[in-house]
Amino acid sequence: MQFSFTEEQTEFRSIIRRFLEAKSPTTEVRKLMETDTGYDPAMWKALSEDLGLTALHIPEEYGGAGFGVTELAIACEEMGRALACAPYFASAVMAGTAITHAGSDEQKADLLPGIASGETIATLAVAEPGKGWDAGSVTMAASKAGSVYRLTGTKSYVLDGMTASLVVVAARLPNGHLGLFAVQDLSDGVKRTPLKSMDPTRKLAKIEFNEAMGMLLGSETGGEAAYAKTFDTCLICLANEMAGGAERLREDALEYVNMRVQFGRTIGSFQVTKHKAADMLLDVELAKSAAYSAASAMDDGDAEATAYASMAKANASDAYIQTAIHAVQMHGGIGFTFDNDTQLWFKRAKASEAFLGDATWHRERMMQNWSA
Amino acid sequence: MTEMTEAQVRDEVRAFLKENWSTDRSLIEWRNILVDSGWGAPHYPVEWWGKGLPAAMSLVVDEVFREFDAVGAAKAGIRTLAGATILVHGSDLHKKKYLRGILTGEETWCQLFSEPGSGSDLAGAATRADFKDGKWIINGQKVWTTSAHHAHFGLLLARTDWDAVKHKGLTYFIIDMHQPGVDVNQLKQMNGHASFNQVFITDAVVEEDMRVSELGEGWKVATTTLMYERRGADGARRYDAKIHKPGKIYEDYNEEIDHMLAPYVWYPQRTGRSDLLVEHAKAMGKFDDPLIRQNVAKVLTMAKAAEWTARRARAAQEQGKPQGPEGSIGKLAASHVARAANQAHTLIAGPDAMLTGSDSWMDGTIAEILVSTPAISIAGGTDEIQRNIISERILKMPKEPRTDTDRPFREVPRNQVT
Repeated sequence: MQFSFTEEQTEFRSIIRRFLEAKSPTTEVRKLMETDTGYDPAMWKALSEDLGLTALHIPEEYGGAGFGVTELAIACEEMGRALACAPYFASAVMAGTAITHAGSDEQKADLLPGIASGETIATLAVAEPGKGWDAGSVTMAASKAGSVYRLTGTKSYVLDGMTASLVVVAARLPNGHLGLFAVQDLSDGVKRTPLKSMDPTRKLAKIEFNEAMGMLLGSETGGEAAYAKTFDTCLICLANEMAGGAERLREDALEYVNMRVQFGRTIGSFQVTKHKAADMLLDVELAKSAAYSAASAMDDGDAEATAYASMAKANASDAYIQTAIHAVQMHGGIGFTFDNDTQLWFKRAKASEAFLGDATWHRERMMQNWSA
Repeated sequence: MTEMTEAQVRDEVRAFLKENWSTDRSLIEWRNILVDSGWGAPHYPVEWWGKGLPAAMSLVVDEVFREFDAVGAAKAGIRTLAGATILVHGSDLHKKKYLRGILTGEETWCQLFSEPGSGSDLAGAATRADFKDGKWIINGQKVWTTSAHHAHFGLLLARTDWDAVKHKGLTYFIIDMHQPGVDVNQLKQMNGHASFNQVFITDAVVEEDMRVSELGEGWKVATTTLMYERRGADGARRYDAKIHKPGKIYEDYNEEIDHMLAPYVWYPQRTGRSDLLVEHAKAMGKFDDPLIRQNVAKVLTMAKAAEWTARRARAAQEQGKPQGPEGSIGKLAASHVARAANQAHTLIAGPDAMLTGSDSWMDGTIAEILVSTPAISIAGGTDEIQRNIISERILKMPKEPRTDTDRPFREVPRNQVT
């Protein structure tokens, strides 16, 4: 496992950070979160074409840059830090990874270059209303119709489901196996409804499929393995994104208490505040360590990678919301107002707690995959 | 001495060991030969039983010793800190008189810094040293003193000037522990072990030439000792592993280790032993209990994240990068892990958590965990002090306002120790 970033990785991070500081200040975040699509096409173009972030981990033969999960996770951490409004997690991380792991060579050649270039916005639809992201809870049925499949059922909590032009859907094959299907024709048998997302920087949709046409990615028996790898990668990226958000909250709260004066002194000079700040540092650094190490383990093909992915997500879930709670508290009354930016990250923290499975669920998943 | 390459060092050490190493010697006989050769403390100056080599070269020497299963110079206890401090601040008399016994292990040392009245606030020491008839007369009480019951000498921090400000009134001495007026009592802990001592000092005598620091400059010398203590990461209690091979010298050596280690057999338990959680849960037939699985997972996550954080800190250090925040939170993280592991073990034990000794699982190990973890958030800097250090040094938050450093020490409120 790698416990420090290379010079190239550090430089890569600072390039993204500079880019997002310029393109995604909170004034911009607030503007975009009020829109239906939730992103700025010009910023998306710059992010994809100038920085090449959408191509990061996609194999080179399919138009990507061929980097590992570690680099992808760095990008996600920076996006989480800036609360960047873009369909990055849905398209590059979720759909891009799913197609990379599940698709045949031909399918990958067909679908991945568009995702890598940013021209295609894709997403991955797994969870059903009231259910989670584990393969076992997928009930949506796929029936064979000639060379394609017909999909019927409802997917929910689909990230950027309204803006995606390609939806990768998890459904149950007639043989009982899990299948990942590419649905490209969203005009026939597909009804998309925006969901009111508590975190307005992350757009969600419900998608109802009625005999919609889907192309099975890969074989009729390979879906579980492909999804397992995809899911672990998504968890690790999310954990890194959350660690990035938590660190930003921590830094902003620290800046505030060092400036805010009460009783004739900055509130950051009170020991009770200093100790809270120290505890916040501990929470965030441990969350970062777990998120970084899980990414490194995934790149190494470590046997414990699945356990570490769930460990990282569980840790991030707890640490992010705890940091957000402390951050609001440290701001006092102003922290509870809409105009104060803390609430933006608080809502991302709250929504991320549940997204891809909560801490309790991941702790159990970790125990089931723990061999040490 | 001229610069030596690693290969030259290896060759010389090998030649020395081929010539001199024998398992039939007694430990003391061997250590005297070793110390005379300079290979017992290669980082010491040539004129003081060393080879004048850089500290990193000691690791090379250690490696060659391991090739031969040869026993090195004595390292256990406070002696390493005493040696380092004397080398930096001691007089030639101190070096001549003490360094050799430190290395051969024939003389044992203890550190007389902490007092009942000054724990976290070490510079608040109130043990007095009064100069009378050309000698120093010492009165006071020290505590948390490792090895004091068999120590020959002590590193003593005592107050010589009560009108100076706190950090400027302390002087650093070497005290002979075997004299009337030095009374050592074992301090029994809540877990039943006695790893430390209380030392009552009543009109004990220190000769003027056993003063290590200038008058009032004791804190500076104490800082050196403490720096070596931290650098060794608990190095004062680091031991070489026993060597299980036949030979008189190994018998002596293993006995030395057993003797030194006895008071600390509980140390692993103060960490909370998260490594035993799964085994404990399985043994109690509770590994399928969802609540227990949640608790175990929480602790394992915390322990792994803490371990990885330490690895990040070490990686940064090895690459010569400036220390980031990850390097300062290990101690605080360890306290959290220990507390959470204690809770999880309690949950797993159920009513058995009421039992101890042979009635507790693993012959009392679990019970020992349950009553030992409170030590970890106190020893070596309390959690509260750690949080002050993190917030002030790492997060650059304002320092605590102080009322004890700007006035004569005699006017500073302090504990009444009875």
